[in-house]
Amino acid sequence: MLIASKKTGDRTAMMDRPAHRRLARLLPFSAALLLSGCRWAVLDPKGPIGLEERSIILTATVLMLIVVVPVIALVLLFAWRYRASNVKAEYRPDWSHSNRIEAVVWLIPCIIVGALGVIAWRSSHTLDPYRPLDSRVKPLRIEAVALDWKWLFIYPDQKVATVNEVAFPANVPVEFHITSATVMNAFFIPQLGSQIYAMAGMQTQLHLLASEPGTYQGLSSNYSGDGFSGMTFRAVALPTPQGFDAWLAKVRAAQQPLGAAAYEQLALPSESNPVAYYSQVQSNLFADIVAGRLPQPASRLLARTPVRAHRAGPPAPMVMSGMPGMSATRSN
Amino acid sequence: MLGKLTLSAIPYQNPIVMGAVAFMVVVTIAVLGTVTLLGKWKYLWTQWLTSVDHKKIGAMYIILAGVMLLRGFADAMMMRAQQALAYGGHAGYLPPEHFDQVFSAHGTIMIFFMAMPFMIGLMNCVLPLQIGARDVAFPFLNSLSLWLTVAGAILVNLSLAIGDFSRAGWLAYPPLSELRFSPGVGVDYYIWALQISGMGTTLSGVNFIATVLRMRAPGMKLMRMPVFTWTALCTNILIVAAFPVLTVSLALLTLDRYLGMHFFTNTLGGDPMMYVNLIWIWGHPEVYILILPAFGIFSEIIATFSGKRLFGYTSMVLATMAIALLSFLVWLHHFFTMGSGADVNAFFGITTMVIAVPTGVKIFNWLFTMYRGRVRLESPVLWTVGFMITFVIGGMSGVLMAVPPADFVLHNSLFLVAHFHNVIIGGVVFGAMAGLTYWFPKVFGFRLNETLGKAAFWCWLVGFYVAFMPLYVLGLMGATRRMDHYDNPAWRPLFVIAAIGAVIIFCGIALQVAQVVVSIAQRERARDLTGDPWQGRTLEWATSSPPPAYNFARIPVVRDRDAFWDMKQRSVEMKAAVYRPIHMPRNTGTGFVMAVFLGLAAFAMIWHIWWLAIGGVAAAMVALVHHAFDDDRDYYVEAEEVRRTEVLRGRAQLRSV
Amino acid sequence: MSTRLTAHGGALAFEPGYADDAADALRNLRGAPAAIDFEPEHHPDSAAIAQLGFWIYLMSDCLLFAGLFATYSVLHARTAGGPTPHGLFDLPYVLAETVFLLVSSFTCGLATLAIGRRSRGATLGWLAVTFVLGLTFVGMELHEFAHMLAAGAGPNRSAFLSSFFTLVATHGLHVTCGLIWMAIMMVLVVKKGFTPSTETRLACLSLFWHFLDIIWVGVFSLVYLFGVS
Repeated sequence: MLIASKKTGDRTAMMDRPAHRRLARLLPFSAALLLSGCRWAVLDPKGPIGLEERSIILTATVLMLIVVVPVIALVLLFAWRYRASNVKAEYRPDWSHSNRIEAVVWLIPCIIVGALGVIAWRSSHTLDPYRPLDSRVKPLRIEAVALDWKWLFIYPDQKVATVNEVAFPANVPVEFHITSATVMNAFFIPQLGSQIYAMAGMQTQLHLLASEPGTYQGLSSNYSGDGFSGMTFRAVALPTPQGFDAWLAKVRAAQQPLGAAAYEQLALPSESNPVAYYSQVQSNLFADIVAGRLPQPASRLLARTPVRAHRAGPPAPMVMSGMPGMSATRSN
Repeated sequence: MLGKLTLSAIPYQNPIVMGAVAFMVVVTIAVLGTVTLLGKWKYLWTQWLTSVDHKKIGAMYIILAGVMLLRGFADAMMMRAQQALAYGGHAGYLPPEHFDQVFSAHGTIMIFFMAMPFMIGLMNCVLPLQIGARDVAFPFLNSLSLWLTVAGAILVNLSLAIGDFSRAGWLAYPPLSELRFSPGVGVDYYIWALQISGMGTTLSGVNFIATVLRMRAPGMKLMRMPVFTWTALCTNILIVAAFPVLTVSLALLTLDRYLGMHFFTNTLGGDPMMYVNLIWIWGHPEVYILILPAFGIFSEIIATFSGKRLFGYTSMVLATMAIALLSFLVWLHHFFTMGSGADVNAFFGITTMVIAVPTGVKIFNWLFTMYRGRVRLESPVLWTVGFMITFVIGGMSGVLMAVPPADFVLHNSLFLVAHFHNVIIGGVVFGAMAGLTYWFPKVFGFRLNETLGKAAFWCWLVGFYVAFMPLYVLGLMGATRRMDHYDNPAWRPLFVIAAIGAVIIFCGIALQVAQVVVSIAQRERARDLTGDPWQGRTLEWATSSPPPAYNFARIPVVRDRDAFWDMKQRSVEMKAAVYRPIHMPRNTGTGFVMAVFLGLAAFAMIWHIWWLAIGGVAAAMVALVHHAFDDDRDYYVEAEEVRRTEVLRGRAQLRSV
Repeated sequence: MSTRLTAHGGALAFEPGYADDAADALRNLRGAPAAIDFEPEHHPDSAAIAQLGFWIYLMSDCLLFAGLFATYSVLHARTAGGPTPHGLFDLPYVLAETVFLLVSSFTCGLATLAIGRRSRGATLGWLAVTFVLGLTFVGMELHEFAHMLAAGAGPNRSAFLSSFFTLVATHGLHVTCGLIWMAIMMVLVVKKGFTPSTETRLACLSLFWHFLDIIWVGVFSLVYLFGVS
């Protein structure tokens, strides 16, 4: 079902086009939709998982509309046609049973639900977040940790870490391992597809792939307390592996390691954190977090730092400089 | 002495909260003052607070639901206003710690203290009448249930003035609701308010099951019961089966918070996801506890106002039972994104979809009830038609989210919020309003104003679509729920439209308040002298409006599904030659007193005032034991008094149709 | 149909003077040509209704325990490095506890038989024996808890111990409520003798007591026997 590698070719061709021309091409289309395409996060996916999920949503909706539209029409029709003032209409006060109608009204929902059931069964398996994507490219492993109220991303193989920004090359499968060092959150990049819970003491997995380079908004979709609304991050799909290497170099240039002490500081509650880079990361940090081996703040109330001053200003610009093909591809 | 309770628990510094508190205090003083001025305390105590009459208890449940609807709707307006304002750099007017309380309170209130009391109130008003009984099986328990629910509702409102309410959402998922992450009293208010009202709800469930199984009029076989009675029976079975699970989940959370146990903590082996499982094992049946009675109401209304038998009665009953059964097999669809694995997700997704089959059958049956009928388009029918259209849309979005991969992108989004409001407003609230309009004349003896009722309906219907269709769109645009601010300017217009929709719904509610006031003022014009204002089909219309305390001077013998319709067809002589004494339960204040003490005990638990908690429970037990030792719990209405009452109510003269 | 007849037919027979009506009603219910449209005055059998209601309540209580059993099953291995069932449970001691409760169930049954004989003395006697046995059970349980607490195995040590204490103590709390109820009933029997309402309540009490017995068998098997095996 997942045809990630096949789609790679034309997607790559598309990304080379200047961004404004692509936008221009989209304009008439989006005008018809009232809203431009990139705003429809879930309906404008940029990866195979999201594409599959969109097609399921559309297929299921159409299947159900086959019954829903006639039902709505019939409700209005019958209510009007058999209104009390319409004495011309037939009136059969004792008619209350018809085997034929009964059979039909049980059968129609059964057929629709049967069809949807098949879709549900198949797609649950093909789109299982734990299922590795079919791709010849070796997946990139990224560990995501939900903290109060920011996301920590650890690159175990590259030995770097970031806060509120995760980057990976486009068309390379990404294998997210997700946990929480605090309450439950959900890791979600709407334009790439599935979300999954981040839970303390447990780790969940999510396989995603961006088939188009760009900066996509990521968020926690499960309410986690006062700073929840600011718990967003940007997911950057870089056009090339070289671009990813350049990004890594930039992270490493931060010259700031993430050891036990730094992590403890980071884990304290804080809101709407800016992006931060860590050039080095303590080995096994993720495993230690999952196992609950690291100290945790005693009480959130005492530890919370209600700093929200930056919200008074405009949102920080998300365009990143020095990256080819990135200038106008920011999508929400 | 006072545990954690100090003067600093009152949020003086917060003008919004203090305004609401002042409003509440003023209203309370006004109500109490009016009662005092009119010298009605004795009347209030003897006729209402101590009443065990199911009709009065039902009316009080519905009054509670109405008051809490206003409170919960105020919360809704605050949320809509906040989200319409707080975009980009604007912080809106509610800080997150307040906004989080508002949405937690909104959900808690609307489900537990609006929708539940409304449905239980309607069941109370109608169920015994529909089965030709003189009261419920356990009238005293019924009074206790009511006052426990009221005590819970008072606790929720008290949290506004003293301390704060939960900030952990309407289901208080741990670990967020654990002491480490929610150290205040908010979650404790939530827990105790729900425990105390849940106790009342469970007792109601037991009561109604026994009533339906044992108190039916002679001749009313199970398959002759009105559909509302059927749905009420299934609902109460669900209550008795599901509420213990809520009790357990909340009790375990309480033990974590109070005694440092580790059921749902992040540490020492606790498992937060077990709470999520438990709470939804209760939570999904809860949804059907709310919607099944609404289905029953629509079934009664559509048959009555079409002047026609309900189409497919047997299908309807089977569908109700199927829904009740399936409701226990779908809970995991509330957290497909937990990562349970494809087989588990697919199983629960498919069971969820299967529920659409009996539900769809019901829709078709209502449709074919109208077919070849004489549909009188009065406001109960408008609510019903509005429901049928709205509900299929909500059902569609529900089935869509039952496909696990679709849920992976729609879960926790505003699409989900739109979905459940679509089914709860379009189903439960429309059902409650339809039922209220339909049975109001039965309980109070006069009809509600039809013009205002229709206007209110149109405001609700239009308001609903304007308020919630944008949320579907927002969900597809990646907007998640429970945000106190957002940075995406593209979302803003839709949030503004949704806020306008909320204002339109508000107009609907205001019109309903006006409707009640105007109808009371003009009640003489709309008196129901026949007892049968809508050409009814079931037994509740076979007695006067309002019915006497004993409901029926003589218990009718049922020979048809539409028992009263059948009696009218056969021109049954309603007038009795002789009247006989009637055995009735005596009013008792025990339920009220117990609820006061248990409410105090719950308040004491919230604030760790241990002596008061123990004392409150002990006092409640003393009241119960005192009641147990009291043998004077019933009396006979003398035959002569029955005759006088019947003559007074015009029943003795009433000719049959 | 037959249930309707037992619910109403029995009461109908007690209405002297309306025998014709009653006969008509019965005929009507059996589907014979209808003669009446209203039933003569009747009293629903309040004892039967009360017992049905109590049964329904017990079912809901049973589900409450089901929730606790399920919780225990999920958490019983989550010992978090703390005490495990092996070192903690003293099987012979708990077996003795169990015997006391089972015997109390038996003596409760004897009390029910005494009620049937309308023997106030025997009823009070057997209830007293049941009470003492139940009290012994609760006392032994409290002693076990105290022992565990002293050994550092309190309910806040691990999820396993939280679920253990909660399940066992919830049962113990039910037994305690049963004891209070039993004491009140003994006072009622002394003061009022066998009234219909007293008898109904005694019947409900004995149902409750046997129910707690069955729950304990579940606790004993799942928690203690499986725990140490």
